[in-house]
Amino acid sequence: MTEIILQGLLLGGLYALFALGQSLMFGVMRLTNTAQGDFIILGGFFAISTVAATGLSPGLGLLVLIPLAFLAGYALQRFVLNYTLGRDPLPSLVVTFGLSIIIQNFLLEVYSADPKSLEAGSIALASFSVSDITVGILPLLTFGIALLATMLLQALFSYTSLGRSFRAVSDDREAAQLMGLKPAIVYAQATGIAFMLIALAGGLQAMRTTIAPADGPLLLLFAFEAVIIGGMGSFWGTLVGALLLGLTQQIGFRLDPGWGIWFGHLMFLVVLVIRPQGLFPKTRG
Amino acid sequence: MQAYDVIRSNHFSKALPWLTIVVLIPAISLPMWGESSWMREVVEIACYFLFAMMWNLLAGYGGMVSIGQQAFFGFGGYTMLIVGNEMGVNPFLAIPLAAIVTTLIAWPVSLLAFRLQGGYFAIGSWVIAEVFRLSFANLHWVGGGSGTSLTALRDIEKATRESTTYWIALACIVIAIAGIYLFLRSKRGLALLAIRDNENAAASQGIDVQRLKLAVYLIAAGGTGLAGALYFVSNLRISPDAAFSVNWTAFAIFMVVIGGLGRIEGPIIGALLFWFLNKFFSDYGTWYLIGLGLIAILVTLFFRDGLWGAIHRRYGLSLFPTHRFLKPRN
Repeated sequence: MTEIILQGLLLGGLYALFALGQSLMFGVMRLTNTAQGDFIILGGFFAISTVAATGLSPGLGLLVLIPLAFLAGYALQRFVLNYTLGRDPLPSLVVTFGLSIIIQNFLLEVYSADPKSLEAGSIALASFSVSDITVGILPLLTFGIALLATMLLQALFSYTSLGRSFRAVSDDREAAQLMGLKPAIVYAQATGIAFMLIALAGGLQAMRTTIAPADGPLLLLFAFEAVIIGGMGSFWGTLVGALLLGLTQQIGFRLDPGWGIWFGHLMFLVVLVIRPQGLFPKTRG
Repeated sequence: MQAYDVIRSNHFSKALPWLTIVVLIPAISLPMWGESSWMREVVEIACYFLFAMMWNLLAGYGGMVSIGQQAFFGFGGYTMLIVGNEMGVNPFLAIPLAAIVTTLIAWPVSLLAFRLQGGYFAIGSWVIAEVFRLSFANLHWVGGGSGTSLTALRDIEKATRESTTYWIALACIVIAIAGIYLFLRSKRGLALLAIRDNENAAASQGIDVQRLKLAVYLIAAGGTGLAGALYFVSNLRISPDAAFSVNWTAFAIFMVVIGGLGRIEGPIIGALLFWFLNKFFSDYGTWYLIGLGLIAILVTLFFRDGLWGAIHRRYGLSLFPTHRFLKPRN
C-alpha cells in the first residue's frame, strides 16, 4: 500500500509539471490552451533531437531548450494568441485546437508514429530501497523539480514586480493598463514562462517513458484535471490536484490496468460535483 | 407615430421553397438512378453535417463551445447497436430510439458539464467523452476495445439496406435543417439569440437562461446521437476509438468555423467544402490535416464570421433568415 501511494505521488509530481503552465495561462489571461499536451510532447521530441544533434547530456539539453521555449511562448502569445482573447472563448479554443492538430501531424510527419524516448543514461534506471520499497531516482528528481517549480512560481507571483503585473492584468485589465502596464506584453511574458514549464515537462516525460505524436490530448486532460481539482489560480492547489490525480490513477491501475485512467477521470468528476470551485480556488473564472 | 413592418425575408430566401424542390427531387430519387457508392458518400457526409449542425446550435447559438460532442455520437452509435443486436429491434427503428436515449443520458451529463464555463466547459466535456470511451472499451459484451459488428442487418438485402439508410439520412438532414430553422424563428429561438448576444441582458428581460441552455444542450446531444446511430448503421462496425474519436468534433469545428458560426448556412457550406477537400486532398494525410488546422486558425483570426458571414455582410443574403429587420411604413 505504501508503495502504491508513493508511486502515485511521484507520478502526480510529473502531472504537476504538465499542469502548472496551464494554471499560469488561465490565471493571468483566462486562456484555455487546448494544445498544452501537444506542446509538451513537442518539447519532448525537441529535447530528443537536441540531445541527438549536440551530444549534450539530457539535463544540459533541456537547459538549452528552456530559454528557447520562453521565446517561442512569448512570440506565440504576442503574435497569435493575443488576437483571440475576449469575452467569447471560441476564438482561443479554435486556434489552440487547430495548433494541436498541426503539431500532432507535424510530429507524425517528422518523427513517425513510433514511440521514442530520451535516453537519460544511468539515472533513468537508478533507484534505492528503503526497507522493501524501491524508489527510482528519476521520478524522485522529477517530484523535486515539480515542488521547486511550484514554489518558484508562487514566489514569482507573490513577491516580484513581474508577478505583480501578472496579478494586476488578471484582476482588472483596463485598470492595469491605466497604470502603465501593457497587457499584450504581460500576457506574452506569462505564456513564455508557461512554455518553459512545458519544455521541462516534455523532457522529463520523454525520460520517464516513451512519447508518441498522438499522446498530447491525454496529457492535456491530466493537466486540466489537476488545475480544476486544485482550484483556479492557485499553484499549490494545482500541485495538490496533480498529486491526487496521480494517486487515484495509480490505485486504479493496481485494481485493473484497463481502469486506471478511468478512475482518475471519475475522481475529477466527483470533485466537480462536490466542490466545483476546486480545493483551493483563488481566481474566479 | 411612425409605424414599422417587421421584415423577416429577403429576395434570396424567397427562393428557398423552389430551391428545396430542385434539390430534393433528384436527391430522393437517387437510389433509382445513382450508384451505391454515391449513396454511401451522401450518408457519410450527412453524418458529418448533422454533427456540425448540432455543434453549431450548441456553440454558435447556445454559446457553449464543447470539444466533447463525440460522447453523444459514440453513445448514439452504441445504443443503436445494442438495441439492434441484443434486443432484436430493427436497426432502422433503432436509429431514432438511439437519439432519444442519447437525449436522456445528456441530462445527467449536463449536470456535470454545466459546472464549468467557457474554455473549461470545452475541455471538461472532452473528459466526459473520454469516460464514455473508456467505459465502452471495458464493456466486454460489446467487444471491448476492439469493438463489434452490427449483425442485426445481416438478413436484409444489400440494395434495400443501402437505399433505406440513404433515405433515412436524407430525412435526418431535412428534419435537422427545418427543425433548427423553425426553432430559431420561434419565440424561444429569439430568446436563444438574445442569450447568445448578451446573457445578462437576456436574463433581465425575463428569459430563463439556464433552462433554455439545457434545452439546447439536450437537443444538440440528441441530434449528435442520431448522427452516430446513422453512421454506424451505414458502417456496420463500431469500436470505441472510432465512435468516441475527438476528430468528429475537430471536423465539426472546422466545418462550422469555415462556413460561418451561428448561421444555418454555415455548416451546410462547411460540410460541402469539407466533402470537397476530403475527396481531393485526404490522400495527403498529415499535410491535409495540417492544412485543415491552418485554415481553421486563419479563418478564426482574420475572417471570424466565415464564408457565409462574408457573403451575408457583402450582399445581405441569407437563405435561412432568422433575423428581424424593422422597416418604416410609408
